[in-house]
Amino acid sequence: MTTDVLNDQDSHESEHHDDSHDHGKMTGIKRWLYTTNHKDIGTLYLWFSFIMLLIGGALAMVIRAELFQPGLQIVEPDFFNQLTTVHGLIMVFGAIMPGFVGFANWMLPMMIGAPDMALPRMNNWSFWILPFAFAILLSSFFMESGAPNFGWTFYAPLSTTYSNGSTAFFVFAVHIMGISSIMGAINIVVTIMNMRAPGMTYMKMPLFVWTFFITAYLLIAVMPVLAGVVTMLLTDTYFGTSFFDAAGGGDPVMFQHIFWFFGHPEVYIMILPAFGIVSTTIPAFSRKKLFGYSSMVYATASIALLSFIVWAHHMFTTGMPLFGELFFMYCTMLIAVPTGVKVFNWVATMLRGSLTFETPMLFSIAFVILFTIGGFSGLMLALTPVDFQYHDTYFVVAHFHYVLVTGSLFSMYAGAYYWMPKWTGHMYNKTLASWHFWCSLISVNLLCFPMHFLGLAGMPRRIPDYALQFADFNKWVSIGGFAFGLSQLIFLAVVIKCIKGGEKAPAKPWDGAEGLEWTVASPAPYHTFTTPPKID
Amino acid sequence: MNKSTEQESKQEEQQANVASSKASNTKVVKKLLLIVFGMFGFGFALVPLYDVFCDITGLNGKTNDVAVTYTADGVDTSRTVTVQFITRTAKGIPWQFEPVINEIEVHPGEVKFVKFYAKNESTRDIVGQAVPSVSPGIAAEYFQKIECFCFTQQPLKASEDVEMGLQFYVDLELPPEVTTLTLSYTLYDITGSADSSS
Repeated sequence: MTTDVLNDQDSHESEHHDDSHDHGKMTGIKRWLYTTNHKDIGTLYLWFSFIMLLIGGALAMVIRAELFQPGLQIVEPDFFNQLTTVHGLIMVFGAIMPGFVGFANWMLPMMIGAPDMALPRMNNWSFWILPFAFAILLSSFFMESGAPNFGWTFYAPLSTTYSNGSTAFFVFAVHIMGISSIMGAINIVVTIMNMRAPGMTYMKMPLFVWTFFITAYLLIAVMPVLAGVVTMLLTDTYFGTSFFDAAGGGDPVMFQHIFWFFGHPEVYIMILPAFGIVSTTIPAFSRKKLFGYSSMVYATASIALLSFIVWAHHMFTTGMPLFGELFFMYCTMLIAVPTGVKVFNWVATMLRGSLTFETPMLFSIAFVILFTIGGFSGLMLALTPVDFQYHDTYFVVAHFHYVLVTGSLFSMYAGAYYWMPKWTGHMYNKTLASWHFWCSLISVNLLCFPMHFLGLAGMPRRIPDYALQFADFNKWVSIGGFAFGLSQLIFLAVVIKCIKGGEKAPAKPWDGAEGLEWTVASPAPYHTFTTPPKID
Repeated sequence: MNKSTEQESKQEEQQANVASSKASNTKVVKKLLLIVFGMFGFGFALVPLYDVFCDITGLNGKTNDVAVTYTADGVDTSRTVTVQFITRTAKGIPWQFEPVINEIEVHPGEVKFVKFYAKNESTRDIVGQAVPSVSPGIAAEYFQKIECFCFTQQPLKASEDVEMGLQFYVDLELPPEVTTLTLSYTLYDITGSADSSS
């Protein structure tokens, strides 16, 4: 028990902890199945996300093994398509999104001085339906029809008329993932609106909280659209409707419009929380306040709003009229402005700060640089005339791996190393963590940078074989891929070591860190802030 | 005031806070669920909205899918427009399908009748459905079909063939920069989902 009176978990104000009202932890599997504790659920989300990262990564390794040299060596083209599809689905819906929800669960209540999430019972539900969704999705690998093979974007008619029979499994899996995300998002919004400690006004919330707040709204707005579009897919495939079937008066291009109306806000769902994490770590290791806090809030909000009017930049080659192409091109380029505000703010935060380079800071700096590279290639793709050349090439693959791997994933590593002392009560092994960072950094660039050149030279994505002139770059990419995949096992080792033991972490292991989470002991007690702290 | 009463009043205050926060939690959840269901509906509302948008802007080359009556105010003999016909069969329909003439010159306002030939080259009965599209898309709303085989389904028995008619005219208001129209038909096999009445 700490001397800090705020954390007195035996205090009689435990009515605060909703009706679940457990005074301690249950033991064994029941603790995890029945838990309504935000820290437990956060832990579950984070482990789930990491396991999905390893599964999705394993699929990617098979993809890269096949692409190691030209010709067909290991897998059949149809199975290759299943690999790329499920790799994408697992990484987007299984690794990145639940990973961020895990961070939200662990950190949000502690950051706003709340005892738990606002709706703890629903919190338990929103996690525990996820494994079923992915069990359904992955089980299709073991069926006669095979797993979904129409790309993670599941364009009709590939997923309807030409489906291999996996559409129903895919649709129901996505429905469950969607319900889980919506419940998680509702919980985040309610928590932030109603559970802030007295005195914590909206503009006093840490930026991390702001980004999750806005992300949750995005989720609430677009996940139902995704649910709708997969439902149309289901009825088109099995119940004779013709939403996307030209023979029955439908339109396959309309599928792309509805899908990307969900899909573009979705990419910001995957990056805005990353902005929140690095906006927490960079000030901590620069020992300065975040530069331009309110501009960061407004930039996040404007990115979120703009994300609703740029979807058709994924569809420049569908035969849009010139006006449409120009409209979506300019709107897309407009997003570079608030994003630029963010990048400059991070740089300005570091400027003249007394920087130290602990592992979370290394990942954060790598994030800023590499995410910006991904942003620039995004700008190139936004230009309609050149997009006709880049469309569906490896350039696109390079672009979104820079923003999602070195962007979202790196930010999660930064956050994981930053809060690991708080989570486990131990410092991570610094040598291993450095190995993890440097191996990841070098291998991810070997993996993703040559993809730009491959794309510019015309190598199409989602193809199991390629022309001979692409052989050299593909070999490098594959080597980078294997190295990056294996490097993530170092992280697993770091986490296990850190849970088992290591140097004891003080309540606030980083001298520049700010925020309520550092006012409680390390590891964070099972119940924190049962009495709300006072914020001035 | 002694310490214990102070604590008690603090506790009461907190319990009141908890009760009020629970009530407002429900309120926020209800509002958010409203957004969720609204957006789910919006996804489906995009389907008719998409058609309306294409109709208004004339994008997508969609033509009228029910017969129109001739309403043009005379024939503009000073202009001549070339109308080209192209056909293709969707994957999986073993029909021969082609226009009898490939292109025709028309004056705006003038009614023309052309024929398309279709033959079921397979040994089973098939119901086909032709879906038209006009290029450039901007001209689609000026291309008026008085009678078209695409308005109905087309059942053909094994090895049966048929000549199908299309009666159309081009509106007088056709933008002056359009001198050539291409009417494209794609033929789909809809045997599985065809109306039993046909």
